[in-house]
Amino acid sequence: MKTKLRNYHAVCWDEPIIYELNRNGERAILVPEVDKKITETVGDGISSIPKSMRRKNAPQLPALSQPQVLRHFLHLSQETLGIDFNIDIGQGTCTMKYNPKINEQLVNSEEVAEMHPYQDESTSQGLLEIMYKTEQLFKEISGLDRFSLHPGGGAHGIYTISSIIRAYHKSRGEEDKRNEIITTIFSHPADAAAPRVKGYKIIIIYPDDNGCPDIEALKKVVSEHTAALLITNPEDTGIYNSKITEFTKIVHDFGGLCGYDQANANGLLGITRAKEANFDLSFFNLHKTFSSPHGCGGPASGIVGVTNKLAKFLPIPVVDYDKKNNKYFLDYDRPNSIGKVKDFYGVIPVILRAYAWIMSLGAEGLKEVSNVAVLNNNYIMKKILELRGVNMAFPEHKNRIEQVRYSWKKLTKETGISTEDIQRRIFDFGTHYWTSHEPWLIPEPFTIEPSESYSKDDIDEFIAILGQIVKEAYEEPKKVKNAPYKSSVHRINHDVLEDPSKWAITWRAYKKKYNGYFQPK
Amino acid sequence: MYKIGLIVNPIAGMGGRVGLKGTDGQKIFQKAKRLGAISLSPKRTSAALEPLSVIQDKLKLITCPGDMGENETLSRGFVSDIINGIKSKETTFADTQKAARIIRDRGVDLLLFAGGDGTARDIYIAIGTTLPVIGIPTGVKIHSAVFASSPSKAGELSLLYLQKKIHQLREVEVMDIDEQAFRNGIVKARLFGYLKIPYERRCIQGGKLGSSPSEEIIQKAIAEDIIESMDNDFLYIIGPGTTTRAIMQRLGLSYTLLGVDALYRKEVVGLDLGESELLKLINKKKAKLIITPIGGQGYIFGRGNQQLSPQVIRKVKKENIIIIATYNKIVSLKGAPLLVDTGDLSLDRELNGYVQIITNYHERTVYKIKF
Repeated sequence: MKTKLRNYHAVCWDEPIIYELNRNGERAILVPEVDKKITETVGDGISSIPKSMRRKNAPQLPALSQPQVLRHFLHLSQETLGIDFNIDIGQGTCTMKYNPKINEQLVNSEEVAEMHPYQDESTSQGLLEIMYKTEQLFKEISGLDRFSLHPGGGAHGIYTISSIIRAYHKSRGEEDKRNEIITTIFSHPADAAAPRVKGYKIIIIYPDDNGCPDIEALKKVVSEHTAALLITNPEDTGIYNSKITEFTKIVHDFGGLCGYDQANANGLLGITRAKEANFDLSFFNLHKTFSSPHGCGGPASGIVGVTNKLAKFLPIPVVDYDKKNNKYFLDYDRPNSIGKVKDFYGVIPVILRAYAWIMSLGAEGLKEVSNVAVLNNNYIMKKILELRGVNMAFPEHKNRIEQVRYSWKKLTKETGISTEDIQRRIFDFGTHYWTSHEPWLIPEPFTIEPSESYSKDDIDEFIAILGQIVKEAYEEPKKVKNAPYKSSVHRINHDVLEDPSKWAITWRAYKKKYNGYFQPK
Repeated sequence: MYKIGLIVNPIAGMGGRVGLKGTDGQKIFQKAKRLGAISLSPKRTSAALEPLSVIQDKLKLITCPGDMGENETLSRGFVSDIINGIKSKETTFADTQKAARIIRDRGVDLLLFAGGDGTARDIYIAIGTTLPVIGIPTGVKIHSAVFASSPSKAGELSLLYLQKKIHQLREVEVMDIDEQAFRNGIVKARLFGYLKIPYERRCIQGGKLGSSPSEEIIQKAIAEDIIESMDNDFLYIIGPGTTTRAIMQRLGLSYTLLGVDALYRKEVVGLDLGESELLKLINKKKAKLIITPIGGQGYIFGRGNQQLSPQVIRKVKKENIIIIATYNKIVSLKGAPLLVDTGDLSLDRELNGYVQIITNYHERTVYKIKF
């Protein structure tokens, strides 16, 4: 198929905020009056609430009819560029992949959607079994010995890991002495942020000239104060740190623990494991590698795995299996547990999707996912590097895993077009690439991750779009500068995000701070 | 109606092309002219004004006669108001300073000026931080962070600021090097002061991470870290800069922004100290030295803090040097190492190696010093 650029145009509804659609007196649903008998039996439902807790005025919710509500949300959804209708490979680091629709049927089925966490174990054996078996799958994937499925996201997983690290050192009487966590600048920012919440001091290591974390720097800072190393591998540059076992050894020699951030494990399934690199802890984002809609598309899950020596610290409860009685159960009897990190047992829809995804692929299938993801990435890398004005971070490091961080430094110098200009222009072709490249260490960065879901034709289309924008940058830069032309939203003023006095997270705050769209009072 | 002031140093940059490393002083200027130097300022200023043409109808420029602004605005077809009392040809630094004051007093939203470090210094002397400014880089020496990375970037930044798409201002260094010494191969940079520029956070952004706190908050956090671990047995020598200033402000002490100050038991024992005064203080007590990289190039010694002489540094000892800088300031070095130029090569060599920079409260970044 010959690659053809689409003549795309986004839907634009100029949709007001729902509160602005309010028309007093309109109603979507009229709730029927309560039957007299019910009131007589159980009361009116309000007088049992203490008076001091009852609100005096009704909430100021917008009054709208049903079709208006429907129209409003459909307008918004039409204005949204989602995973299911664009070639979503410009959102590097996020592992955007196809999320099989059949898994949505499972999640929305009565057996799952109607379950309640307080149900008796005897009536929830099916879900408990799935949770138990999911844990067994991840033990195999990582080589670690026990998992907690509780954390509700990646940073939450790292927070849980930090809590376990603290509990471990406390159990050895070293809680106060071991107060430092070492991480790297290209590890995910949460590897520094989450342990900070647990009171740790953070030490950040920069890469060496080859783009790998500087092992000499690690040797300089590791000490009897080191609680743990928290590290991502491959980092968001797509470079695999092949000295990783040396890293873990250096830290272990000083009595520290090693935590592996596998938020994105898409290039390594069935190829490398946390165990063989001598990690003590790890976490996986089920919503990335293991296929669940994420970002604004759905909830997250960052399950945590540990070796046997740390298993007793995992959050309660864990799911266990009583072979004799053929019964799955929740085990709360774990005196050394760090306790609760979240209500109940984990984000069930995400766990279920991951379980279904892994079971549908099998061991061979998982390995194939990674092989194809890496192959796709190296194909797109070759194509991108053929474009004018582009380079990649640490170019001497030729082989990349599942993604690459590139730089438009040369193009910016030659044309004045920045990565943000390109980000705005790419919307005109019905796709996007985002610019979250914290830290902004690589000039004019962009990160591309094609995962295993996209075909060669898809990738070629994406490349053709980039190629067109590069051509415009050199020939008619103004066109790129003033973009987008065909997107729902044209330009966003990021500066207001810096200033809390301009934030309006609620309608009430918006009314207080603004007269109308972006007009500060 | 938007109002911008514009001051062009018409001779800035003339020394560069003919190898004179600057045009400060009449003699050099005449020499540059004899060597056939032509001024780049008009063309570059015109490039800076280009992005503003989209708001031409709503924009009033207040500028100087002739070469110092009028010609450029005319060539772009902007409406401008020409101030009185400035010559139109053969102007000097005194005209720059005078013009800056007049323009400020006329009331403008922003002052654009074209030139180099010398011009920035004149603007600083005249108006300090009373008005936001943006430098259009046309001079030979561009060490000050007040300059946009290119003339058109200066125009774009002005536009964003006028349209209120950028609200934050930040104080950045005005540096100048001694041209005479520079011609003899010696870089002697001085920190003259600070100007206020609109802050476009190009190098950091939110999205996935939410928004990061401002540099000022991080500076406060760093100050908290330092104060928390202050040792009563030590004298603390505080180098120049806004990052170190936060420590003094946090302690509620008087300070000098450009000078080197000293503390003992959280009390000031000296302000704006020179080398010999520092040596006298260190002779009596063990000392720690707190410094921050000055300017955008990552120098920790030898730029803007020459009071911290090789002798002072040796006396303090390497292990007692504490480097502080916000995380973003280090990120903005794009991986380039911290630099030292103490004037003593063997000391520079000793300072080489890894250091732990305090980049936030309870946060250290391991970084390399090279010379």
